Amino acid sequence: MTFSPELEAKFARLLTSYPPGRQRSAMVPMLLYAQDEIGSITQELVEEVARRVGVTPMQVEEVLSYYSMLHRKPLGKYHVQICTNISCLLTGGEQLWQRACGKLGIGHKEATADGQISLEEVECIGACSWAPALQVNYDFHHKVTPEQLDQLLDSLRKTH
Amino acid sequence: MLYNPPSPLETKVLTRRFGLPNSAAVDTYLATDGYKAFKKALEMKPDAIIEEVKVSNLRGRGGAGFPAGMKWSFVPRNSPKPKYIVVNADESEPGTCKDRLLMENDPHQLIEGMLIAGLAVDAHAGYIYVRGEYRYLIEILDKAIAEAYDKGYLGKNLQGSNFSFDAYTHSGAGAYECGEESALLESLEGKRGIPRIRPPFPAVVGAFQCPTILNNVETYCAVPPILRDGGAAFAALGVPKAGGTKLTCLTGHVNKPGVYELPLGFPVDRMINEVGGGIRGGKKLKAFIPGGSSCPVLTAAECEGLTMDYDAMAKKKTMLGSGGVVIMDEDTCMVKVALRIMRFYAHESCGWCIPCREGTTWIRKILTRFHDGMGRKDDINLLGDLAKNMLGRTFCPLGDAAALPTISIVEKFREEFEAHLDGKPCPYEKELVTA
Ligand SMILES: Cc1cc2nc3c(=O)[nH]c(=O)nc-3n(C[C@H](O)[C@H](O)[C@H](O)COP(=O)(O)O)c2cc1C
Ligand code: FES
Repeated sequence: MTFSPELEAKFARLLTSYPPGRQRSAMVPMLLYAQDEIGSITQELVEEVARRVGVTPMQVEEVLSYYSMLHRKPLGKYHVQICTNISCLLTGGEQLWQRACGKLGIGHKEATADGQISLEEVECIGACSWAPALQVNYDFHHKVTPEQLDQLLDSLRKTH
Repeated sequence: MLYNPPSPLETKVLTRRFGLPNSAAVDTYLATDGYKAFKKALEMKPDAIIEEVKVSNLRGRGGAGFPAGMKWSFVPRNSPKPKYIVVNADESEPGTCKDRLLMENDPHQLIEGMLIAGLAVDAHAGYIYVRGEYRYLIEILDKAIAEAYDKGYLGKNLQGSNFSFDAYTHSGAGAYECGEESALLESLEGKRGIPRIRPPFPAVVGAFQCPTILNNVETYCAVPPILRDGGAAFAALGVPKAGGTKLTCLTGHVNKPGVYELPLGFPVDRMINEVGGGIRGGKKLKAFIPGGSSCPVLTAAECEGLTMDYDAMAKKKTMLGSGGVVIMDEDTCMVKVALRIMRFYAHESCGWCIPCREGTTWIRKILTRFHDGMGRKDDINLLGDLAKNMLGRTFCPLGDAAALPTISIVEKFREEFEAHLDGKPCPYEKELVTA
């Protein structure tokens, strides 16, 4: 498989970050960084990463199924992750979640038909003092009001 | 960046660079006493470094509050194996958002803490295990690491000494359990994050099966100030058995939620009313979680006269935990709170230990039934029994972390469970929807 030069540079660094013979440690970060580039964990990627870290594809599959951020199916271009855990629950996170589902007509881990936006109800994302919070891909949005959520979803829809 | 204004009641030790222009840059760090503590430590014997940390009464900031100096002294320094420094930056305990600020605003302080820990146990490499969602922090840390290599604070023969040290970031990929120290170490080896049986503890068999110091981000960040100003000065900021300050995340129903650095032993009522600006909407306090959702819940009455320190919390049969304070007002449905907390643990249980995997799922199902108004009287006791059967029966404390809050809520708010029996709708639901 071919990747961008930036990703190849990251891989090269990861493969030398661990003690000799411990390249397997690079597996999960490699899968995550590659997923960001190609959209999901494909069978081809599993085999490629297995080869590069020196394990069998089955060993990669065994590990990747454990981690909630690794996805076998593509997500939306914008993956909107809304926290409903305790601090967000107390400040309106659940209402945000329901509002987003209603507005987009999709549910947990689903994407809009055009593949533009996907939704996920997530556990605490480390923004509890600035709740309710959500992430769009890796970007944080703090103290989100229902109106801001509407605007955000509209802006994500428009940028085709 | 800072996401809330500071409070005049803070004691700024670990956060003293927050708000400076370019606070994350190495030049800012060097201009504000940065890496001085490391230079001092280069001249010290390892035992003297550990002694200084012991004198500071620094206790682990990740949740369990274990004395850091003592943990460091367990590492067999003369073992022929390499030793490692591992930073727990998985920050996933619900209610907790403080390590994020430390890494974002002052990453060099963390690197300096790792270096000093390295000197103390003769380790030459360190890994920062960062939760996958914190991608922007990995970028900030990688930049800081590159700067430190440039300035001779990472790499070979640091500052002309014969001490060498390399630092790396490692991204997680979504798993609360990977914050548990032994599961983190498995994950760092490229495996599923399931816990290891202990003993042996990580100090003896840790990263890559070698002796390892594993601490929370905030714990390492306290080390440079301790070495720079002396352990005694740090100890004096806190209470007798717990030195220094704690980054405290005020969350929930307060007027001024935010992360604040408060001396250990700070009174809970002043924290809520003066630092936090009181309960939102002039409401009354109903319940209080001192340090993340794994801690047993306290009632408003139990908070009277209480202070934020490890031993005071232990006396109330709860924990200071990670510093994630959750404040709940009088309109909060405690059945709903118990349910949401249990949904989290049932989702995050790694499935390795049956009492945890099955217990969290059964309790979640019963609480769901309750909250839907289909609770049965027998279920109230069943909840408590199920939770008690999880205690102490698992490899790692996730099972206890799920059981203890449930037991506390059922015991302390039993009448709220009774109000959900026999098809009665949740008496608080209206408030929650309009909140
Ligand atoms: C389920 C579980 C999750 C944990 N998550 C974290 C975490 O996200 N960050 C952390 O520092 N400690 C976490 N801990 C505590 C660690 O196991 C460990 O005690 C801590 O990192 C040690 O560092 P300290 O002594 O500096 O606190 C967790 C513990 C458990 C049982
Ligand atoms: S509870 Fe939502 S970010 Fe922590």
